[in-house]
Amino acid sequence: MYKYDTYDQAMVDTRVEEFRDQVKRRLEGHLSEDQFKPLRLQNGLYLQLHAYMLRVAIPYGTLNSAQMRVLGDIADKYDRGYGHFTTRQNIQYNWIQLDQTPDLLAELAKVEMHAIQTSGNCIRNISSDQYAGAAADELVDPRPYAELLRQWSSFHPEFLVLPRKFKIAVIASETDRAAMKLHDIGIRIVKNAAGEIGAAFYVGGGMGRTPMIAPLIREFVPLDQLITYSEACLRVYNRYGRRDNKYKARIKILVHELGKDEYTRQVEEEFAHLLTQGIEPPLAELERIKAHFPDPAYDPAAPDTLDRSDPDFALWVDRNCAAHKQPGYMIATISLKPVGGIPGDATGEQMRLMADLGRDYSFDELRVTHAQNIVLPHVRKADLYALWQKLDAAGLGTANLDRIGDIIACPGLDYCSLANARSIPVAQKISERFAAKQADLGELKLKISGCINACGHHHAGHIGILGVDKKGTENYQLLLGGCEGDDTSLGTITGPGFSEDGIVDAIDKATEVYLAHKQGDERFLDTYRRVGMAPFKEAIYE
Amino acid sequence: MKILTGNDLKSGAVTWWDGVQWSLHVEDAVDVGDHADTILAREQAALRVNAAYAIDAVKDEQGVRPAHIKDRIRALGPTVRPDLTLKPADPAAGDWVI
Repeated sequence: MYKYDTYDQAMVDTRVEEFRDQVKRRLEGHLSEDQFKPLRLQNGLYLQLHAYMLRVAIPYGTLNSAQMRVLGDIADKYDRGYGHFTTRQNIQYNWIQLDQTPDLLAELAKVEMHAIQTSGNCIRNISSDQYAGAAADELVDPRPYAELLRQWSSFHPEFLVLPRKFKIAVIASETDRAAMKLHDIGIRIVKNAAGEIGAAFYVGGGMGRTPMIAPLIREFVPLDQLITYSEACLRVYNRYGRRDNKYKARIKILVHELGKDEYTRQVEEEFAHLLTQGIEPPLAELERIKAHFPDPAYDPAAPDTLDRSDPDFALWVDRNCAAHKQPGYMIATISLKPVGGIPGDATGEQMRLMADLGRDYSFDELRVTHAQNIVLPHVRKADLYALWQKLDAAGLGTANLDRIGDIIACPGLDYCSLANARSIPVAQKISERFAAKQADLGELKLKISGCINACGHHHAGHIGILGVDKKGTENYQLLLGGCEGDDTSLGTITGPGFSEDGIVDAIDKATEVYLAHKQGDERFLDTYRRVGMAPFKEAIYE
Repeated sequence: MKILTGNDLKSGAVTWWDGVQWSLHVEDAVDVGDHADTILAREQAALRVNAAYAIDAVKDEQGVRPAHIKDRIRALGPTVRPDLTLKPADPAAGDWVI
């Protein structure tokens, strides 16, 4: 994985000391909260419902063991023993003290981590495929491109005060595991008819209060123009994106209002101009970055068979492990969704265990997924059983990847000052209610947001839940038919909302409709798409 | 009644104006009547509280209860982690929150 050079390290270290001085001045009263707030937000420090919350960037979700260990240590030393992995492949700590934040950031910097640009109207953490570098269906490893974009977007002077926040995802597989079309810019690394590698650009997607699927605006951008084209996309947005209304300030609104063709025309015009300015880094820089992402030293003699005699283990392999490009290896996902648990939460002890397992079984690598799980990307098949036993003993062996219990949930009103309703208790009730039924339901992605900002990706859930405030009471709207993958679609609201218990009953009815109408191996989503909303609505509101 | 709430500048902890200082416990909150703006300006200038604001609440035999669910959750802690609330040893402490 990418290693900081002296310039990277100096930037991060300098930023820590700068923020240390800003915190000191705030605590001494030399800065007002109005003056300090944008400074702390630029360093990922929010003031949430109960305390300060720090969001730490995990670039494209990739961690080494030392970094995961430090995240666990920080949970114990500076927080209350746990952290929350987010849908942006980051981690959040919920109980941070302002005066301790500079020391915390200094500890992060020692393992090449920071919280810069995890808030504010700037380009946020670049997300990617959690199986990058390991997936059997991958064209190339997308992370060098994500890293190049990270370096371009970090402290980019022109794009630190955009109309609104800006999220980019980069993938390089046929299968979209990163919700790429629901980003401000989604980039798919592709090969053209001439066999050259380049990038397809999807621009103007997003969730929030106005969900939109990003249209493809260019099928192929040569690799030596990747940054220039990205810059053109951002420049047009920065110039014309609305700043008068934060609810209409995202690039999706601009693309929608201009129309894809006009937005694209303006981007191409800007692109042509920028090509004359020579802003593109030399390809040698991309090659330098690529050198940080070599394949691990796989064992070519690793046996390509599995002993599936333990049925619980076999179930976990079937649910949580994916095909690896290297024979004899698999990709293992650690579910952070135990039955009745809090989606995405992990204790400091669990993080240190996962760090050790990453070191011992996965060439020192771990990934955070946008579905709030952890991946060990390179595990020998021969080691999977030992790995699973250790996970199971630590409560991390739940076999539910992409099942109804593998719920994405935002922190909701239990932690978030923007939320209108709690997400976590609903997730816990669903997880418990459907634990026994899970196997019958097959792949069923359920996502919960506690407000219209959609941090829980409810628009993209096969079943989505949106918590709203109805005259001071929590109310939950139900959506069906969303999908974040290759066939991205947005969920449709079924009708009037439900109480906390009522939403669980409504989902039960929806799953019964699915089981009654299911044909062959159809997923819930497939059945919904085939039969439509009517039978679901009829059952839910009978 | 109108009560005042905010966060401690250094720790970020939720606090409530008790008439003299900022308390961690909502039951200590007092009705500030029409003086919210004056108190908030003075206390924030003195760095004794951060991001403070006035809210509606009621007081009955059970104590002071913020009107909105968001402030009731702030008053005790996350409903999903009773061990992290102000009263971790009392399983009934949050019965009034939701």
